Amino acid sequence: MNPIAPNFRKASRDAVRNSQVIAAVRKTANLLSEMMALAVANTPDFEALRDYGRARKLEISGDLEKYAQSFAANAQAAGAVVHRARDAAEAARLAIKIAADNGAKTAVKGKSMTAEEVELNEALEAAGITVTETDLGEFIIQLAKEKPSHIMAPAIHRSRAQVAELFTDKLGTPPDLGVEALVAAARKDLREKFLTADMGITGGNFAIADTGSIVLVSNEGNIRMTTTLPRIHLAVVGIDKIIPEMADMPKFLALLARSACGQTISSYMSIVTGPRRTGEEEGPEQLHIILLDNGRSRIAKGPYREILHCLHCGACLSHCPVYRTVGGHAYQATYPGPMGSVISPLISGLEIYADLPNACTLCGRCAEVCPVCVPLPDYLRELRSDVKKPPFMMKLAAFGANTPSLYRLGMIVMRRMLKKGGMGLMAPALKEWTVCREPPKPQEGESFRDWWRTRSHCK
Amino acid sequence: MNMPTTRRVSLFLTCSADALYPGVGRASVRVLESYGVDVDFPEEQTCCGQPWLNTGDTKSARTMALHFLKVFERSEAIVAPSSSCVDTVRNRYLPLFKGEPKLQDRFRELASKTYEICEYMHRILDIPELPPHPEPTRATYHSSCRTLRGIGLRGVAENYLKQMLGDHFVPLPDADFCCGFGGSFSVKFPEVSGKMMEDKLGNIVLTGASTVAALDMSCLTHLSAGARRQNLGRLRFVHLAELMVEALEGKTR
Repeated sequence: MNPIAPNFRKASRDAVRNSQVIAAVRKTANLLSEMMALAVANTPDFEALRDYGRARKLEISGDLEKYAQSFAANAQAAGAVVHRARDAAEAARLAIKIAADNGAKTAVKGKSMTAEEVELNEALEAAGITVTETDLGEFIIQLAKEKPSHIMAPAIHRSRAQVAELFTDKLGTPPDLGVEALVAAARKDLREKFLTADMGITGGNFAIADTGSIVLVSNEGNIRMTTTLPRIHLAVVGIDKIIPEMADMPKFLALLARSACGQTISSYMSIVTGPRRTGEEEGPEQLHIILLDNGRSRIAKGPYREILHCLHCGACLSHCPVYRTVGGHAYQATYPGPMGSVISPLISGLEIYADLPNACTLCGRCAEVCPVCVPLPDYLRELRSDVKKPPFMMKLAAFGANTPSLYRLGMIVMRRMLKKGGMGLMAPALKEWTVCREPPKPQEGESFRDWWRTRSHCK
Repeated sequence: MNMPTTRRVSLFLTCSADALYPGVGRASVRVLESYGVDVDFPEEQTCCGQPWLNTGDTKSARTMALHFLKVFERSEAIVAPSSSCVDTVRNRYLPLFKGEPKLQDRFRELASKTYEICEYMHRILDIPELPPHPEPTRATYHSSCRTLRGIGLRGVAENYLKQMLGDHFVPLPDADFCCGFGGSFSVKFPEVSGKMMEDKLGNIVLTGASTVAALDMSCLTHLSAGARRQNLGRLRFVHLAELMVEALEGKTR
């Protein structure tokens, strides 16, 4: 996966100095948060919707395999070819094989974090297949040779001016174009590719078990073209995206659209059920669906099961004070922010992402906005105890804190040390503390306990 | 006061007040006593265990929860000048004892009678109004994450501040954002913590306040230490109880 071991301390130290990125992230994150708040305020039964979402997702995560099999059977009945991939490597192999079997050399692609998770573009490119991202944000970062830094707004870290500069450099547009002109330039570049691509690749926001449909939402119309113009449509979908019935979809869509960008419904919605049927004029000749597990069945059986309920709306990222201070790339994971700090170590291993459960102040904003009430801070706290054994100093301190006489002595010593501006045994922590702060300064005068004793005697 | 019997409260001082802020402990006692509450201070009390809980040492946290239970179980009510410690006792102890229903019942009972001091005044003593502060200066309020999202106290401290300070109270922009302390986070990722702190201090400076009040001395330890680094040493960081006692006694310290 990552050639260099992820190191959040180092990456975040560099990230906080990048004021351009932070400004761009905050500008869009603020907008998204405000729009979500407005949309939620205008939905009187939003809390009931959240409860429904969580309850329904609990049913699903309780038996992922049942719904996966039901979805696969119904999708096949509708004419799709369903493949099951145990892990990322198998998903990539399957995608390459589907392309090779059909002589596909070019692909247009809709935004898909699941495809990012399996590093699909890299795999296809290595097999000689040219992939063009068609979501504007993805199109931008593909030009810049970057990774998404937000699961819903992949180019959130780039300002308009930076995008204009990039387009001038890569597409030869006039300098300093405005937003509309930039969109037009991307559209012009993409139109030809849509019309000539052999294959259209998407993810799936929902997979409906009882109809075998893939549901995709978008605000740009690129999904509609990706799923109808090329002769092959490949959808890569995590098994956690399956919901039981079409009747569930409107409610989950209501939660997703409001939480992702404050909409009551997305501008476009595609429901893909099988390939083109006899007599139909448009649509792909073949529809392939890769159902990806990649640890999901294992996670569903463990203590962090509810992370699979995530709708990938990105609200927890936009609301997270840490994400807003370092941006998504500092996490060095496909999924950044609060949901990413839970799912990334669970998928790739805690030894790789040991820092991420700690990259959180437990402020609780994510849990407050999560549309399906995933207990993100609780999970992050619990993951910390899975990372490693507590250090000796903390064990020693625990012993002291559990022995009232030692605790009192410790408080006296700490008070004296700090009055002198040092910290004795806690010097290593003080070194980090003073990176951005002076040592803590005790209030003058006698300790509370001394005051209390004197006072009790005088009473 | 029209109370049938005297209310009794055990003060849970918290580590920060024990080691750093005796004035917060004294203010808490005097505020409660000025409303006729009988305060006692169990000397065997130690730490609520939050630092161990949040760094994943649940074993140590359990031991500390049991010690807290032993010390405070017989109290009529437990009051602490800290939302994060109250949040720990109220919301975090119970999950540590899954599968031990008898202990859980005792912790549930403990949780139901543990309050932050500002919360206790509002919810239990039902104090509608505080007197004006004798020497009001411009002040703002840092509504810590544990106050807002831990114990769910919104608008109460702000309201008391308005009563005490009138127009001298200025709300803080982006008030519901974390200050960047986060316990171990502050020393694990000091650069990120420091940037979040700078943002918070920047908003404090925008209000023109000379006093910053909160219900969590841990946030204020971080913010005051950062303020001194940023040459903002003139700022005074106080627990709300310290302003309350000044208003109630009609004199500053």
